[in-house]
Amino acid sequence: MKSTIPWLIAAATGFVMIAAYFIPAAQGWQGEVGTWFEILAAFAFVLGGANLFAYHLGKISARRAGWGYSGVTLVAFLVTLAAGMLKLGVPAPDRYPTNAWAGDFQFEGSVSWWLYWYLYNPLNATMFALLAFYVSSAAFRAFRAKNTEATVLLVTAFIVLLGRTYAGAWLTSSVPENYSALTFPGMTAIILAVGNTAGQRAIMIGIALGVAATSLKVLLGVDRSYLGSDGD
Amino acid sequence: MFDFLKTLDRRWIFLAMLLAVSLPILAQKTFPEQPTLHVRNVFQKIEDLPEGSTIMISFDYDPGTTGELGPMTTALLRHCCLKRHKMLFLTLFETGSPVIDQAIKEVIEDEFAELELKSGEDYVNLGFKPGREVIIAVIGLNLRQAFPSDHSRTNLDDLPLTKNIVNLQDLDLILDLSAGYPGWKEWVQYAASPYGIPFAAGVTAVGAPQAYPYIPGQMLGILAAVKGAAEYEAALGEKYPKYRDPKLNEGIRRMAPQFWGHLLVIGLIVLGNCIHFADRWRGTP
Repeated sequence: MKSTIPWLIAAATGFVMIAAYFIPAAQGWQGEVGTWFEILAAFAFVLGGANLFAYHLGKISARRAGWGYSGVTLVAFLVTLAAGMLKLGVPAPDRYPTNAWAGDFQFEGSVSWWLYWYLYNPLNATMFALLAFYVSSAAFRAFRAKNTEATVLLVTAFIVLLGRTYAGAWLTSSVPENYSALTFPGMTAIILAVGNTAGQRAIMIGIALGVAATSLKVLLGVDRSYLGSDGD
Repeated sequence: MFDFLKTLDRRWIFLAMLLAVSLPILAQKTFPEQPTLHVRNVFQKIEDLPEGSTIMISFDYDPGTTGELGPMTTALLRHCCLKRHKMLFLTLFETGSPVIDQAIKEVIEDEFAELELKSGEDYVNLGFKPGREVIIAVIGLNLRQAFPSDHSRTNLDDLPLTKNIVNLQDLDLILDLSAGYPGWKEWVQYAASPYGIPFAAGVTAVGAPQAYPYIPGQMLGILAAVKGAAEYEAALGEKYPKYRDPKLNEGIRRMAPQFWGHLLVIGLIVLGNCIHFADRWRGTP
């Protein structure tokens, strides 16, 4: 019973979506399911927040390794939540001049806006910017022509790296127009449009077949692993 | 020297990369760009649409990828403003809403202030809605089911731009600026492909190879990362001479650090392999 009812809900939703896609008369069901999904998503946000809070609180109270980071996470979580929920620093909008809570929580100058642009924005951008440094270090230490496959990968990377900057165009600028496929930008375009496309299509078609088979197993109740074990 | 290189502290590599990207930024040197076919296709589509066409732009990214997707956002919005197209903005990313606000402020309100474009008439910001691809599927049939009002809580029926838009099929073009999931693939699966709506995307460098198989069937073209933005800016400069000024083209300016960064990575790969083969020749592990 514990897994049957959730499976029935999942199966019914799945079959409704399939019917809505293939049967024109049932197209409207898609919108209804979408509305239900939005309601569930809102609950999922609350559950997710509660789960995050409970997990990190448990980690701090048990003094497990890295509990300090959990403390930072919790403080950031609570401050962001309070700034958004209480609409701190949000002025009353023109339409409702007596009600400050009617304003947008991300209004320019509000605490939430400040947290986003002066904490989240630089921190997030910094994390991505660090990739350039780690990629260059990895290129030096790990990108070796150890065998034929690695050599092919290396040569391809060389061409694409050059072809995606002006260096490639400049180095092969003397190649006649009729032989533009032999320039670095030309070879890059061919690699992306032919070799890459063929490989990606093969992978995608394989994945799609796997997803279809797995989805069918889930809808028919053959695979219920996503519901957890009975003991959960 | 060989032993020094073999045991090279990675902090030297980090320093080299720092110099490779920061010096070109300080020098403000730019290189010429030639628009490739995929970028030209996107440009031409926006250029050929009759003035006042309705374009939806989905900002499916956040500050982490603004470095890659920000310049193309500016270039695409700039082009839409030049052609006086109507624009609908939304995001499927929880943290994407302020990015829309920033783009509206920088391009529509500041750069094109003389056009006096009005919210609700010339553009509408629908904001964020949780639900990922389900939202795309829903608005494919009924825009109001997911977005009964715009970002400022004004009913879509009360806005001149949206009062006659029932669903995505009433749009002339959809553009997705995509950093991952949900992104261009979901727009292809649930909007462009089922309804045959013209669609193009701006993607991050790491996401671009996966998008190529969808061109030209489901996607008109793609703008791949900073290079794609720089090419779009070059195409814009060809048509509108005012935009040949490098100071206005962030994508073209960012290609200089990328140029030196790529050269450094190539150099490091060559150096690493020289050490590798020298080791093998000497018989050391």
